[in-house]
Amino acid sequence: MNDLPLLSTIIFLPFIGSLFILIMKGDEATVISNARNVALWTSFLTFALSLILWIHFEAEQVAYQFVEDTSWIKDVGIRYHLGIDGISLFFILLTTFLTPLCILASWESVRVRVREYMMAFLLMETLLIGMFCALDLLLFYVFFEGVLIPMFLIIGIWGGERRIYSCFKFFLYTFLGSVLMLVAILSIYYMTGSTDLSVVVDFIFPVHVQKWLWLAFFASFAVKVPMWPVHTWLSDAHVEAPTAGSVILAGILLKMGAYGFLRFSIPLFPNATVAFTPMVMMLSIIAIIYTSLVALVQTDMKKLIAYSSIAHMGFVTLGIFTLTPQGLSGAVIQMLSHGIVASALFLCVGIVYDRLHTRDIGRYGGLVARMPVYALFFMLFVLAAIGLPGTSGFVGEILVLVGTFQVNTWAATLAATGMVLSAAYMLWLYRRVIFGKLVYADLKALLDLNIREAAILGSLGGLVLWLGLYPDPFLKIINPAVKGLIENHKYWVREEVFAEQGGDKQEYFEASTTSIPLCVASLRRGDTRKEKV
Amino acid sequence: MNLTFSPTNLPFILPEMVLLGTIFVLLLLGLFRGEFAFHRVMLLSKIALSSVLVMVCVTPMTREVIFNGAFVSDPFSIFMKTLVLGSALVVLMVSRKSLASEEIAQYEYPLLVLFAVVGMMVMISANDLMSLFMGVELQSLSLYILTTLRRDNLKASEAGMKYFVLGVLSTCLLLYGCSLIYGYTGSTNFDGIARILKGSQSFPLPITFGLAFLIAGLIFKISAVPFHMWTPDVYEGAPTSVTTFLASAPKVAGFALIIRVLTSPFVSLLTQWQMVLAAIAIASMVWGAFAALTQSNIKRILAYSATGNMGYALIGIVVGTENGATASILYVLLYLIMIVGVFSCLLNITRRSQEIDTVEDIKGLVRVYPGTAFILSFLLFSMAGIPPLAGFLGKLYIFKAAVTANFYALAIIGVLTSVVAAAYYLWIIKAILMDEPNLGQWTEHYRTYRREPAMTFVLLGSVAGLIWIFIAPNPIVKAAHNAVVSLFDS
Repeated sequence: MNDLPLLSTIIFLPFIGSLFILIMKGDEATVISNARNVALWTSFLTFALSLILWIHFEAEQVAYQFVEDTSWIKDVGIRYHLGIDGISLFFILLTTFLTPLCILASWESVRVRVREYMMAFLLMETLLIGMFCALDLLLFYVFFEGVLIPMFLIIGIWGGERRIYSCFKFFLYTFLGSVLMLVAILSIYYMTGSTDLSVVVDFIFPVHVQKWLWLAFFASFAVKVPMWPVHTWLSDAHVEAPTAGSVILAGILLKMGAYGFLRFSIPLFPNATVAFTPMVMMLSIIAIIYTSLVALVQTDMKKLIAYSSIAHMGFVTLGIFTLTPQGLSGAVIQMLSHGIVASALFLCVGIVYDRLHTRDIGRYGGLVARMPVYALFFMLFVLAAIGLPGTSGFVGEILVLVGTFQVNTWAATLAATGMVLSAAYMLWLYRRVIFGKLVYADLKALLDLNIREAAILGSLGGLVLWLGLYPDPFLKIINPAVKGLIENHKYWVREEVFAEQGGDKQEYFEASTTSIPLCVASLRRGDTRKEKV
Repeated sequence: MNLTFSPTNLPFILPEMVLLGTIFVLLLLGLFRGEFAFHRVMLLSKIALSSVLVMVCVTPMTREVIFNGAFVSDPFSIFMKTLVLGSALVVLMVSRKSLASEEIAQYEYPLLVLFAVVGMMVMISANDLMSLFMGVELQSLSLYILTTLRRDNLKASEAGMKYFVLGVLSTCLLLYGCSLIYGYTGSTNFDGIARILKGSQSFPLPITFGLAFLIAGLIFKISAVPFHMWTPDVYEGAPTSVTTFLASAPKVAGFALIIRVLTSPFVSLLTQWQMVLAAIAIASMVWGAFAALTQSNIKRILAYSATGNMGYALIGIVVGTENGATASILYVLLYLIMIVGVFSCLLNITRRSQEIDTVEDIKGLVRVYPGTAFILSFLLFSMAGIPPLAGFLGKLYIFKAAVTANFYALAIIGVLTSVVAAAYYLWIIKAILMDEPNLGQWTEHYRTYRREPAMTFVLLGSVAGLIWIFIAPNPIVKAAHNAVVSLFDS
């Protein structure tokens, strides 16, 4: 497989599909149906290609695989450097898996400007996959920011009533977060002379510099995750986005921040990571408990699930910053699980919304009588969101809790109460929507799932069970990558390493007064992390 | 000044001379044929501009100082002249139809544009305070008249008056600065001034003052804060086809002049002008971002956006390195493509029956003219500096130059204001793509719409150019870098 640039093919196939849709000609009905089909088949083909990645992926190898590396913009040092490891592989698969489902889910519900809608989704897929493959800081930034454009349009054009407010809030909030990362990336370039991750990772920055850089990256990733207290854009964006937009938002966009922590914050700034761990853990705990309580009082189904997403992502950040193998593997599994479960829940809401055009929980009740299949699927996903053993949610949360216990008992205890709360709001939601008396007349005429909807929910349900009952194929690939990450990290926070390198410790660790040009000089002298274990 | 002329100098000034000669011929043509000459003058102007563009491109890439040091031709001047000529040509290409609807389809329009272009070329090649002044005045006077070309329109006259009064004031500052500098260095020649200032450790106060006045006069031309006040009014009052010209070429010329003045004669005073310019850059970025938020007129928004963008471009000069100056002219190049593209989109949908003034006027544009709407949104996203669009590349270079010269404050203020600025670009995009169109308003408009090949070419060309520059920026960057190197080496 060395001849074909497989990653580039996967990245740009959806883009080519969207160009194809752009140049389509014909009367409106033909264009709409062609656009739908082209989008669907392009995304299916992309999914098939990404499965090849999985098949050819060598789990034991720690280095990046399927690497492509060409020079792009010479004097800013951006390289077109792609590659994947055990962590990014599954995010790519998640993206390529969810996109066709999104397109299927909007098959009938999106009727206006279908052509642009399909193009936006394909463009988004390109940018998302590119982001998960990028091994160059600036290349990553380009994809990371680029995602804002299609999402802005999807919420703003096909969203609900307050869509304009929501899409502006979404865009400006996340844009503000990430521009600081740009400055940080440029200063990394200034200090190391490269933006290539595999080069930059060999440098060790003085601790106070690390802290500033870490904070700049954190500003960007924390907004994307989103962590408390910068989460407020999420509930608005979710509520107003069309169903498929919510799916992509919850399924993949929220993972961008956590992925950034794994890929950049931890390997590049090990000491700062350790220094800021208590803060992140505290924010995660607050997110878990606070947003769970907020979720309890919601009357809008989408809003409830949006808040539950923030709580679940709290588990993810908690797991990442335990810096233990269990915690990190758990965080990755939890992200995958949340990507599937939250998407499925949003699709479930979308299905009844398409029929009744309301998301008010009070307008439902007793759906089980008319929609038994729907009730079954909804039950499965609700249980997975709670984290019942046998579902995907359980594996992730239990691993995160195990990891947290090793580090901090209090944090683990508080996080566990979050699980109880999640059971409370989820089951209560289920009871109010599915059980009870069928009061409203219009509910009596509801039809159960059609084949298209059943296929979408069925495939997601299958994955939930697979990940819950037999997570080995996933863990087999995730664990070595996580292990490599942690060993590397532990190696670099040990102070002895600097002692061995000959007295530079002073300069690095007590250099709070060192100005940046000075540390550039010392970095350029070659005090790099060349002699790795 | 002894203006001896030798035939060996000819190739370096030939483009200007040819253009000037053409203008006189066309002036006569217009004079005798009157109103009927418009189309012919327009066509001939385009031909003249394109042939001069070719002449500039084939000028030898060496540094030649002619006319006793008053006029210089080097890779930098060639690069900047290419931009000026190219943008003037594009402006003439896209404004033909809208000139008719704005009732200024007169042969004076192309001629004044050409006059201004000659002025700009002299500005770019100026190597002496005298030729600098001549170039600036030739450009400015042509632009004042262009602004008021629509004589019986109240707004246009008001805008022209404002532009003229403030412009003359800035010229006074400029002249006063020049006289102070001449008084204390005894030379008007850039090389001479550089030689005198070189090596001295302390500078007499009048030199600093003179430089400050000179900078003030030049800053006015690129509408940076605090000399930006004319911009929104003039942009709004002038007919859109004139605004398109005002927004593009003069900015390039002004910018080229600032770079040349600060880097060649006054490079020894780096520490003196650096902080002044940094303050101007910060004020421009902040004011350009926040003031535009409250505007509803598109042209006013774009005027404030020009102020903001010039602020970003100035960062590159502030850092005072070759990389910085390269970043600056790259930024100006990208800004030029984007702003000409945006105005072309507006011109494409301007009608006699319906002027495009406020953001309200283009609500739901995508339903009526999807192509124009997509291109306009693309350009606006690009201006907001969001990757993966080319506008981001310009910002990237600027911020990189700032960070590598340890100007973190400038970079951080720059990125933060770019977020604020994104809000108003998004506001226009929202109107275009997300709002419902007022269909009644568009029906008549759509009926009279005629596709123009030149317009389509320019619109698609701007998008293709931006994409191309983003994918393969290396050749352009290299050209810009070579241009700047010639300036720093001299």
